[in-house]
Amino acid sequence: MATFPEFIAQNEERDGVRFSWNVWPSSRLEATRMVVPVASLFTPLKERPDLPPIQYEPVLCSRVTCRAVLNPLCQVDYRAKLWACNFCYQRNQFPPTYAGISDVNQPAELLPQFSTIEYVVQRGPLMPLVFLYVVDTCMEDEDLQALKESLQMSLSLLPPTALVGLITFGRMIQVHELGCEGISKSYVFRGTKDLNAKQLQEMLGLTKPTAAQAGRGPQAPQAPLSNRFLQPVQKIDMNLTDLLGELQRDPWPVTQGKRPLRSLGSAMSIAVGLLECTFPNTGARIMTFIGGPATQGPGMVVGDELKAPIRSWHDIEKDNAKFMKKGTKHYEALASRASTNGHIIDIYACALDQTGLLEMKCCSNHTGGYMVMADSFTTSLFKQTFQRVFTKDVSGAFKMAFAGTLEIKTSREIKISGAIGPCVSLNAKGPCVSENEIGTGGTSQWKICGLDHNTTLAVYFEVVNQHNAPIPQGGRGAVQYVTQYQHSSGQKRIRVTTTARNWADAGTQIQTIAASFDQEASAILMARLAVYRAETEEGPDVLRWLDRQLIRLFMFHLRRSPFLQVFNNSPDESSYYRHQFMRQDLTQSLIMIQPILYAYSFNGPPEPVLLDSSSILPDRILLMDTFFQILIYHGETVSQWRKAGYQELPEYENFRHLLQAPVDDAQEILHSRFPMPRYIDTEHGGSQARFLLSKVNPSQTHNNMYAWGQESGAPILTDDVSLQVFMDHLKKLAVSSAA
Amino acid sequence: MNVNQQPPMASPYGQPQPGYSQPSYAPLGGGYPGPYGPYSGPATAYQPGAPQGYSTYASFPSKAVPANPVSDLPSPLELGSARGPPPVSTNQAYSQYAQGDIQNGPPPMDHSMAQPAQRPPVCQPYSHGAMNLSGPHPSYPQQYGVQPSMQQMTNQMSGMQVGSGPLTSAGPGYAPPSYTQAPHPVSGAPSQPPPPSEPAAPQPYYDGPPPSQQPPFPSSAPPPSQPFPSSSPYSGPPLPANPGPLQSLDNSPSHLAPSPAQQTFPNSAPPPVSQALYSGPLPPPDLALSHLPCIPCPVPCRPAPSQPGPPHFHSGPLPNAPCHPLYVPAAGQPPFPLAPCSSLLSLACMEDTQPSRMVSPPCSNPCTTSTRPLVCAFGQPRGPQPGYAGPQYPGQQNYGAVPAPTPAPTQKRLDPDSIPSPIQVIEDDRANKSSEPFTTGVKGQTPPLVTTNFQVKDQGNASPRFVRCTAYNIPCTADMAKQSQVPLAAVIKPLAMLPPDETRPYMVDHGEAGPIRCNRCKAYMCPYMQFIEGGRRFQCGFCSCVTDVPPHYFQHLDHTGKRVDCCDRPELSLGSYEFVATVDYCKNNKLPQPPSFIFFIDVSYNAVKSGMVNIVCQELKTLLDYLPRENPEADSVVRVGFVTYNKVLHFYNVKSSLAQPQMMVVSDVSDMFLPLLDGFLVNVNDSRMVIESLLDQIPEMFADTRETETVFGPVIQAGLEALKAADCAGKLFLFHSSLPIAEAPGKLKNREDKKLVGTDKEKSLFQPQSGFYSNLSKECVAQGCCVDLFLFPNQYVDVATLGVVPVSTGGSVYKYTYFQAEMDRERFLNDLRRDVQKPMGFDAVMRVRTSTGIRATDFFGSFFMSNTTDVELAGLDCDKTVTVEFRHDDKLSEDTGALMQCAVLYTSCSGQRRLRVHNMAVNCCSQLADLYRNCETDTIINFFSKYAYRSLLNTPTKTVRDTLVNQCAQILACYRKNCASPSSAGQLILPECMKLLPVYLNCVLKSDVLQPGADVSVDDRAYLRQLLSCMDVSESHVFFYPRLLPLVKLDGGSLPMAVRNSEERLSKGGVYLLETGLYLFLWVGANAQQELLSNIFGTPTFSQIDPNMTSLPELDNPFSQRLREIIDSFRSQRSRYMKLMVVKQEDKAELIFKHFLCEDKSASGGASYVDFLCHMHKEIRQLLS
Repeated sequence: MATFPEFIAQNEERDGVRFSWNVWPSSRLEATRMVVPVASLFTPLKERPDLPPIQYEPVLCSRVTCRAVLNPLCQVDYRAKLWACNFCYQRNQFPPTYAGISDVNQPAELLPQFSTIEYVVQRGPLMPLVFLYVVDTCMEDEDLQALKESLQMSLSLLPPTALVGLITFGRMIQVHELGCEGISKSYVFRGTKDLNAKQLQEMLGLTKPTAAQAGRGPQAPQAPLSNRFLQPVQKIDMNLTDLLGELQRDPWPVTQGKRPLRSLGSAMSIAVGLLECTFPNTGARIMTFIGGPATQGPGMVVGDELKAPIRSWHDIEKDNAKFMKKGTKHYEALASRASTNGHIIDIYACALDQTGLLEMKCCSNHTGGYMVMADSFTTSLFKQTFQRVFTKDVSGAFKMAFAGTLEIKTSREIKISGAIGPCVSLNAKGPCVSENEIGTGGTSQWKICGLDHNTTLAVYFEVVNQHNAPIPQGGRGAVQYVTQYQHSSGQKRIRVTTTARNWADAGTQIQTIAASFDQEASAILMARLAVYRAETEEGPDVLRWLDRQLIRLFMFHLRRSPFLQVFNNSPDESSYYRHQFMRQDLTQSLIMIQPILYAYSFNGPPEPVLLDSSSILPDRILLMDTFFQILIYHGETVSQWRKAGYQELPEYENFRHLLQAPVDDAQEILHSRFPMPRYIDTEHGGSQARFLLSKVNPSQTHNNMYAWGQESGAPILTDDVSLQVFMDHLKKLAVSSAA
Repeated sequence: MNVNQQPPMASPYGQPQPGYSQPSYAPLGGGYPGPYGPYSGPATAYQPGAPQGYSTYASFPSKAVPANPVSDLPSPLELGSARGPPPVSTNQAYSQYAQGDIQNGPPPMDHSMAQPAQRPPVCQPYSHGAMNLSGPHPSYPQQYGVQPSMQQMTNQMSGMQVGSGPLTSAGPGYAPPSYTQAPHPVSGAPSQPPPPSEPAAPQPYYDGPPPSQQPPFPSSAPPPSQPFPSSSPYSGPPLPANPGPLQSLDNSPSHLAPSPAQQTFPNSAPPPVSQALYSGPLPPPDLALSHLPCIPCPVPCRPAPSQPGPPHFHSGPLPNAPCHPLYVPAAGQPPFPLAPCSSLLSLACMEDTQPSRMVSPPCSNPCTTSTRPLVCAFGQPRGPQPGYAGPQYPGQQNYGAVPAPTPAPTQKRLDPDSIPSPIQVIEDDRANKSSEPFTTGVKGQTPPLVTTNFQVKDQGNASPRFVRCTAYNIPCTADMAKQSQVPLAAVIKPLAMLPPDETRPYMVDHGEAGPIRCNRCKAYMCPYMQFIEGGRRFQCGFCSCVTDVPPHYFQHLDHTGKRVDCCDRPELSLGSYEFVATVDYCKNNKLPQPPSFIFFIDVSYNAVKSGMVNIVCQELKTLLDYLPRENPEADSVVRVGFVTYNKVLHFYNVKSSLAQPQMMVVSDVSDMFLPLLDGFLVNVNDSRMVIESLLDQIPEMFADTRETETVFGPVIQAGLEALKAADCAGKLFLFHSSLPIAEAPGKLKNREDKKLVGTDKEKSLFQPQSGFYSNLSKECVAQGCCVDLFLFPNQYVDVATLGVVPVSTGGSVYKYTYFQAEMDRERFLNDLRRDVQKPMGFDAVMRVRTSTGIRATDFFGSFFMSNTTDVELAGLDCDKTVTVEFRHDDKLSEDTGALMQCAVLYTSCSGQRRLRVHNMAVNCCSQLADLYRNCETDTIINFFSKYAYRSLLNTPTKTVRDTLVNQCAQILACYRKNCASPSSAGQLILPECMKLLPVYLNCVLKSDVLQPGADVSVDDRAYLRQLLSCMDVSESHVFFYPRLLPLVKLDGGSLPMAVRNSEERLSKGGVYLLETGLYLFLWVGANAQQELLSNIFGTPTFSQIDPNMTSLPELDNPFSQRLREIIDSFRSQRSRYMKLMVVKQEDKAELIFKHFLCEDKSASGGASYVDFLCHMHKEIRQLLS
């Protein structure tokens, strides 16, 4: 048998699943002692170019409470044409279409290599993709121009049948009617008012086919394929391009000392409402582009007086942020409405100041939408990130999926505690739902309105098997992930991943269990839990809780990361970082917690070095990847050489190569990452070097630099404890707590 | 008996005229008789009317009834036709009468009773008239009967007898009893009548206020009808007949006498009564004397009755034969007048210079043309002009009124010409005053009438085009003012347009410090400021405060104490001028922005279907080039914006940089806001392409709309928000079609309920449904947002409520009911063009300052007031007037007179802030006579109508009418009591300046607002009510007394002389043009000459004339050209385009046309002029007694 690391890697590769433990303790008691729960990081749409979708529908267990999907772990009686569900042990007849089944003629779902398999549901119409642009016009002309260009560009990336809509807002909100000849029409709303879907429907003159629908039953939502506000790209391409071209900066005068009035909250509400009454339960993206905070109406986060700054963590702690709670409530309500209907809300916030992401985070977090934070719409960070949203895979389909639901089924011995990630609960109670909630719990189904190949959920389980009920030898605990989603082609698809782990008795096989521990996965799982709690609970408690839990190095960096530390970060930034952390896959998450540091020098090939202040040497070029930033740092000497222009001289070509190497590597990273990281090129003493200095372990500080007395490295001016100190404390703590 | 009586009656009729005049004159001296005669005439008229029953006016209405009877009865007609055969006709007439009465049925009975009772005074006069009028007699009978009752039997009797025998005998004949009886019998309800007729009854009649019901009038009415027939007959066989009748009458009286209590005599009886009655009233001999034109009746008889003089008159009629002779005697004064009528009115005479008019009760005469019974004419003297010598009067009167004065025989009918004629007054004024420019320098001088073309020279007082006062000599004390009841008011049209030959007010700039003003009362520098101390200070003419003259304004005084530069400075020498206002006079101390115009077009189904949307959009494309501007060379700086709406609003961005317009829909109407800022209000030239594209598209976009609901409140709110956002004043043009029932602020419900008309709740129909629009209008005014509303309703739209904002913001309401693109396009477009182009001021505040002693207490017009002194007008255009009422708060001095300064601060259409100042000085008088000599009836009527129309909001309509009548009666009674020389109570004496007051007042009372016909919708009434509130005097004049022009010879530059608004003035063979201020009617007689028709219509055949044409064909003949010129010039004189309607005689549409013949009885019950005059007279007499 392969080593655990290989096993883990293979599982991740094939199924997109990583468990914290790969051998499970067989009883609740033992599991509890393990501290780190049995949990998995699951990437539902893990990119599997080698996995062809199957053009038929899955076979389900006939037990109503189970409905598990036929999978390679099931026992099959080929002669009787029966199969036993490995979750509930129900014996099921194969459907008639499986009549030809036999040992040698197995359907794909029974082959072990298809532990993950994707079905295409043939029923139902092809749903159009809906993209609703919600555009802020309260911004500098330059920004607006850049944004308009990006938007126009994006039109060319949309499939011709996709429906698009445009809502612009400033002081007022305009819902643009598309496809008008000779005159452009829009419906205007005042930004200070929140309208419910019914009011909106009346005001927009949209008649919901309720009457007709009622007759046909609720299951036949014969949604209109388009309406005046949402029309196929192919039809109104030119029109919309012109419309965007004529988009003006919000004309209302902004007096000195005031912020522009920006009706963001109402605009989003209208966007949600518009889709709600036209395309319920259909994949749709609301793409919100904002250049500043909402300053009026529902969801406002700051008043229009410039003298009153937007809330900081300090204000929040002092309970001084008077708009926050109300604003948050508004956006939560929107998120809930949107997610109920399977709509995604993306937020592209480009401003130097905060824009209220803290309040709005739930919109993205609950709907699987993107949250992108940049300084300006003119930056490549925004432009490229936005462009990357529309990336297509080899088959020409967007790498995004819509309106997904994830259902998890488990063996009887374990139950589901909850999930953490860009999802909302569907409140599906069932036999495999634990009473012990972790994250979004109390359900075996979650709605994930927006998915991409990296979207990763942390799912926490609880072993419920009692100590006195031994599991039969060779028994395995199984988990089945059933993900239904709307593919960007409009098809409805179901991806099923079934995975199983061995049980082990902690009393006798503790070594096995220990060996199966997946340190990285566990670290991320715990970090997610920590972040989740940080979001929902008071800060210090989380740190203390975390300190009791622990996992070496990661915890040190995690404690210092922006995910838990809010010092030096605005509430918006914290929200943004956490948002990304909660949805990225393991590798990316690891980078976020512990940035990667590479060193380039004449002394040898590029090498990873410790994220420590001691790594900062004058003759090195450092490349740091924190996920959010890609930073190239030129040591003092290198920097001087560069300034002297040696790289220009033919005889110093090697220096030129040295300079070029990290840049090339950085480009590579930049190309694959979403969202685009901030790219920083700096040098010793440069102002931007602070990003590096804030990340490295402050092994040398102004307090101990003389004590250490080493020649190398750069002292960091901080009061934070170094890893050394942290470890010392940790050891002490570990010993004492064990006692 | 009856027969006998009848004949007599007939004879009376025929004779009456002659008789009347003659007899009456004779006795008393021409004067007396004359007056009486007239009275009696009216009286008769009244009586008939009374039956029908209007309550107060009842009499009037009653007349209508009478008319009916006549028509009903073939006999009357026949009579009419067969004037020749008086006897027969008479007989019939009588019978008819009887019948008529009967028909009136109960009324007759009652009427007779009631009439007498009510009318008493009137009746008497009337009766006299009646008596006099042979024609009337028949009708009179009843009346008489009544009257008789009123008066004592004896009197009547005596009178009748007298009349009958001689003239006087008639009086006796009257004997109430007989009359009453006579009528009664006819009616069939003898019992009642008789008793009443008896003394007791009679008294009540006379004395007591006539029963509310028609009695008085009714009674009068009937007579007329009868008279006609009879009269006609008379005319035929005038002389002979007359005598006959007379005699018969005489006889009848006698008969009556016997019968008194009973019916027997009815017919005959009445006549006598009338006489008797007359006699009673008659006393006025004085009048007669003075005036005298009339015919003195032989009258001795009269005297016999209660009063010598009068009776005679009345009697006069009866004894026609004698009368004539009498006439001569009357001669003391020209007898002529009398002749004309049987009805006798003797009007005026003036003693002193004052024109007092005596109207003797007009008798109703048979004169009418075919249809109408006529009202008798009062002998009108032309009296109006004071200048005329007493004697002349008569003569004049005769001319004007009475065609054939002397020949009693010729005329049988009462001649309406004998009552004061508006036409005559207008013509006289025109003749006398249009040649010389009117200079305003003389304080207390009454300007020419509004109907006169005259030039004004500003010499220190504002031109009458800007300010017209009700009185130019105002009483010194409040007591006097109260006694006279003459309203003290000024009708101010601050931005009036002047004819090209008059210079518009000069602009004065006093520099940075702003206009120079009195320190205390803040009056602006004006000619009334007295410079003292060598010119270093000036004393305010209003408050007497002394203020230093700023150094830069200092100027030396000449030897008379006037500044040397007096003539160089408009503010020191003129009545009207403008100041350039400084920033202190601006809102928020910021110079104003140029105003904006915003067009709101209803695009709901009805609006689109009627073609309105299309028309508006087409028109705006060109109209936008004519936005108001001050410098014709430059482009207008007015910016424009466009909105369409149904139950949501569509704003349009028409910024010049756009390739195509942008439409912004605001469906959240519950909380209106402006969806865009930049590009909504634009300069027309900059955005021309986009605007044209928009206007082209609007009709297309909504061509297929199915939306029927509209909003209204949010529309105005939107405009208001737009102006707020642009920080400017402006005007909203709303083109609206239907009741706003869509869910939105200001939503209305259909509350039209015709059942409320005539009840105390009627006033609620004029009140807005909710306070929403009042509040909204406050906001509009604060922003300088003027709203003009163009309505295109197919049904009730609640003008009373929708009009609140326009009316409060200085805007206008235009209403095109059942708008049809083809028919009404021209009218609408012309209104719109004018409305858009006319010069106007925005965000205006008007303040009227007065010298101590009087003060402005009440204001009427389209504006808003947040305090008691400042009139705030969001918009003030050149057609808007503000009427200001003044009251005393102290004694005034004859030496200084009273001063008034009206200052209007406004923003011009170019965005300049200005102050327009109008100064007016009037005399103060301690003699009431001066007051009556220097007042202006047109203005008084303007004021009264505004006052009455406003009162409707809070008071039942009936009360309003009563109040009006009462006040007028008091005015006239006061004159009679204090200014006229003593005369008998039976004479109606009118001040020369106010002799048209009754006829005009009657028109006001008959207007649709105060007296709705069945076909007048609640909306129309509300519309007219609002419309009147800002009319100037010339508009209100033609509105109440339309101009009726016979289209005969149209050569030359002058217009044909107008004729009075009465059907009897229309000749079947003629074509007439009627101008009401809102409409033009072209009435075509059924027998119009072919040539005439060809010239006008291009077809010689009456039947081929298309009654639906709205404009005349352009024919190449001088007549057609001239006619069209006239029509065009009429239209250009009015602020609203008058739609031309062609009315063919006997056509259905003629009813509408007849509605405007305001001297006739109206279908809705309004009294005829004659009836009303009689009623008025009765009221006056009551006041005097």
